[in-house]
Amino acid sequence: MFDDTIAAVATFPGNAGINIIRISGNNALKIAHEVFLDKNKQKKKTFKNRYLHYGYIVDKDKKIIDEVLISYMKAPNTYTKEDVVEINCHGGIISSKKILETVLYHGCRPAERGEFTKRAFLNGRIDLAQAEAVIDIINSKTDYSHEISLNHLEGRLSKQINSVIDEIMDLLANIEVNIDFPEYDEDEITIEKVQELCNKLLPELNKLIKTADTGKILKEGIKTVILGKPNVGKSSLMNFLLNENRAIVTEIPGTTRDTIEEFVNIKGVPLRIIDTAGIRETDDKVEKIGVEKALEKVKEADLVIMVFDSSKELEKEDEQILDYIKNKKVIYIRNKTDLENKLDLSSYKKIEKQVINVSILQNLGLERIIEKIEELFFQGHLNVGDEPIINNVRHKNLLINAKNSLEEVLKSIDNNMTIDFLEIDLKDTVEQLGLIIGRSISDDLIDKIFDEFCIGK
Amino acid sequence: MEDKVKEFLDESVDVLIIGAGHAGCEAALATARLGLKTIMLTLSLDAIAMMPCNPNIGGTAKGHLVREIDALGGEMGLNIDKTMIQCKMLNRSKGPAVHSLRAQADKKAYHAEMKKVVENQKNLRLIQAEATKIELKDDGSFKVYTKLGSYYRAKVVIVTTGTYLKGRIYMGELNYSSGPDGLAPANELSDSLMDLGIELRKFKTGSPARIHSDSLNYEKMAIQHGDDEIIPFSFMNDEINIEQVPCYITYTTNETHEIIRENLDRSPMYSGVIKSIGPRYCPSLEDKVVKFADKDRHQLFVEPEGRYTKEMYIQGMSTSLPYEVQIKMYRSMIGFENAEIMRPAYAIEYDCIDPTQLKRSLELISIKNLFFAGQINGSSGYEEAAAQGLIAGINAYLSLNNKEAFVLDRSEAYIGVLIDDLVTKGTDEPYRMMTSRAEYRLILRQDNADERLTEKGYQIGLVTEERYKRFKDKKSRIDNEIDRLKNISITPKEETNNILDELGSAPLKFPTNLYDLLKRPELNYENTVALDQDRPVLRKETKDYVETVIKYEGYINKQFKQVEQFKKLENKKIPSHINYDEVGSLRIEARQALNRIRPDSIGQASRIAGVSPADINVLLIYLMTNKK
Repeated sequence: MFDDTIAAVATFPGNAGINIIRISGNNALKIAHEVFLDKNKQKKKTFKNRYLHYGYIVDKDKKIIDEVLISYMKAPNTYTKEDVVEINCHGGIISSKKILETVLYHGCRPAERGEFTKRAFLNGRIDLAQAEAVIDIINSKTDYSHEISLNHLEGRLSKQINSVIDEIMDLLANIEVNIDFPEYDEDEITIEKVQELCNKLLPELNKLIKTADTGKILKEGIKTVILGKPNVGKSSLMNFLLNENRAIVTEIPGTTRDTIEEFVNIKGVPLRIIDTAGIRETDDKVEKIGVEKALEKVKEADLVIMVFDSSKELEKEDEQILDYIKNKKVIYIRNKTDLENKLDLSSYKKIEKQVINVSILQNLGLERIIEKIEELFFQGHLNVGDEPIINNVRHKNLLINAKNSLEEVLKSIDNNMTIDFLEIDLKDTVEQLGLIIGRSISDDLIDKIFDEFCIGK
Repeated sequence: MEDKVKEFLDESVDVLIIGAGHAGCEAALATARLGLKTIMLTLSLDAIAMMPCNPNIGGTAKGHLVREIDALGGEMGLNIDKTMIQCKMLNRSKGPAVHSLRAQADKKAYHAEMKKVVENQKNLRLIQAEATKIELKDDGSFKVYTKLGSYYRAKVVIVTTGTYLKGRIYMGELNYSSGPDGLAPANELSDSLMDLGIELRKFKTGSPARIHSDSLNYEKMAIQHGDDEIIPFSFMNDEINIEQVPCYITYTTNETHEIIRENLDRSPMYSGVIKSIGPRYCPSLEDKVVKFADKDRHQLFVEPEGRYTKEMYIQGMSTSLPYEVQIKMYRSMIGFENAEIMRPAYAIEYDCIDPTQLKRSLELISIKNLFFAGQINGSSGYEEAAAQGLIAGINAYLSLNNKEAFVLDRSEAYIGVLIDDLVTKGTDEPYRMMTSRAEYRLILRQDNADERLTEKGYQIGLVTEERYKRFKDKKSRIDNEIDRLKNISITPKEETNNILDELGSAPLKFPTNLYDLLKRPELNYENTVALDQDRPVLRKETKDYVETVIKYEGYINKQFKQVEQFKKLENKKIPSHINYDEVGSLRIEARQALNRIRPDSIGQASRIAGVSPADINVLLIYLMTNKK
């Protein structure tokens, strides 16, 4: 347990109706007694555990700050496993700020970012993956990312990692028994068995690692760049996606001279959309910078939406853009299908096949764009229900280490190494996986040897 | 009524050792050889280096310990080489890291030879007397009293009392105060240790029956011979030529299990009479039958206790059932139909200390110059005891000379793993060494124990000039051969490629050297002789070593990298005067653990139960900001 008591405004700063000030640590209850007066403006003798009490918070000069509800939660059955006091006060910045100041005055210090969760972890209430999930929930920008983190918090990632560790540990314990008690007639683990397990687990790890890309996208959004010649309808498309007129839309080519970035959540699919200046040969200096910026943005983009104008013929600029984005994930859109079609894509058979025909003006065919994004990024369906998705870089790196170690095992098998060598990398695999969830394996292994094998004099 | 025995000062010495088992003998030989005047007390001179349980030395991981003791200048390896009656290299089908020597010892000969060595050791006096009290004097020296009335002044005391402290034997309903194997217990010293503030606890272990060899039907059992060519334990010996005695393997039957089940209530462990914890790797047969109920038979090993005795040790059959049941139980096993028990099986309970009260030098944290080694520390096994005895002896010497303690870490020796585990993590059961406890076992091989430790032993002064020269010679033979192989260039000539083809190896495209070529799985030192015209005649040991170094170079280097990481934390020393109460934001649990164990490095601190990675960070920051 920690010596000091920490406090912070636990609710999001803003114009909410209620704010909560949370205090955690040994002094929490003492502080509650200092700052709280009941409805008769008297100090309270006892706070019943897990009850809401109505009353007032007073500052150090006994002046009432706000009318509040206060609750006391006794250790260890609290979020931090320490004594916790929560004060529900009125919204706005002033009240919560004054209450926090008063609380700090009575013997605690401001909590650092994520410190309540850090304590929950260090005091053993949640494991590492769960603690990280809380931080990710706080930081997540999309509903899905939030959901993934929630699902980690429930321990689903931990559960899957644990099950992989357990499978390797079963094998390891048996190998160790063969090594440490060679004269006993326990089953010898064969190289084939090790190989079999590696071949079974590798795809599982690979699958998890792959979800990391999805996880990152869900956490940060799909970086989407809309490209096209001037006045093909890029900003209109963006506005459609944003559902409001944020970018300027005019009939004059070159209106969007800088890039505009917006974050939008379309049916749960998070897009970070960057509208760009239309690309054309230009002498206008300002516009030129815009075009360069647009091309630069393409480099970092996860997705490019290339817009063609149905009413115009294919031009040099279109071809230049197509050449520039040939290695990217692209959705091709033929806009203005309400006008006469002059666009001939027959020299680009592939594009002709997949181009989506829309009329942004008449709101036609736009659904297909969203479907296409799902196809490209989430294999046609976005389901974060049961399968864990990796949305944390540390987890991803450890998973890659674990995978590499498993591949080393297979390499050693190819090199005719004996079983005790395979075991080195098998142990490393579980060490790496153990780091994800903060599980140490060395003592586990000894216990397993004795629990599962009948050996000894 | 007994008159009070008159007390008198018998002698003042540098070091007094209580107990003359495997730990005591190594400790006494070490201090005496390092020039300290030493007395070793024993309950019985006939029990010096006695093997009260199994008649073997070595085995997996334990064989490594014996080699390490030998490499440091200890006695155990030399003594088993003199007295073995069978020897095997275990795990030959596995990699070189887990090859382990195990020998069947002639118990009487082992005792007699060790007795001869300690009797002839200069500076060492042996006395048959029971130590009853250790008194700490104001000047930091000790007075050790015996039952005879004599007392001894000593600057250092090493306690190596094994399983004798308040020993109690259990056999069914019968139980009585006794040391192991019918020897007298030591019933007074425990209280004296407690008076010194030392925490004691009870452990339990067991021993199977000894059966008359002529009453067994070996035709029904599988015979087990030793290796054709014996590899000695000691680096001082080149070969051992003896006539080896066989062992046998047989099995329990359903009837055996029935008898045990019917009589479980008569087993003191199951009836709750024995409450202490026994070792999981040495379960009684009751344990095995209950815990592994689906196994229809259990394996057991029949091993001779010596060359000139009919007593056979029945490994795998320890029990605390009454003698009456034991007779039926043993006779129900295959080949045991007419078995005659000569000594019945028993369980024994004894006092030992919680080893987390010790430093890694095996000195008590709370009392300077009081050392503990062997089974009293909660370990089990002759080899584990001997290893601790040697380290305690060395550190007694270093302490008296005001030198820094000799501590082997987990990357240097199995001895280091053993002691670090005991004093850092503690143990809930008699602790047995196993290869799975060692993180860096590819480096801690039995074939390189001398390379790891002999130089250190020489610096301390325990390694003789003769041993040191042998070691240097061996090392240069190996280094020369490795250099030579690196300098043999192999070019992709037709002749060469034909040889490779015959060995099932792919033809060469580019020139290489023989050293690198030997890394191919299908090639080895022996089958490449055709590519190496001027190959010198080398001992098998040297050839094997060279091959190991070449074949496993990649893995060995990987492990060295891990060791580097490990060393970083081991080398971050924690000053011994640190006050953990001053380190803010350590959790209380961690603070208590650190105050109790008093680790000497961040690495050791990180292995303590109850100290989390976050606490380690707190500690690191504290050490950095408080550096003066």
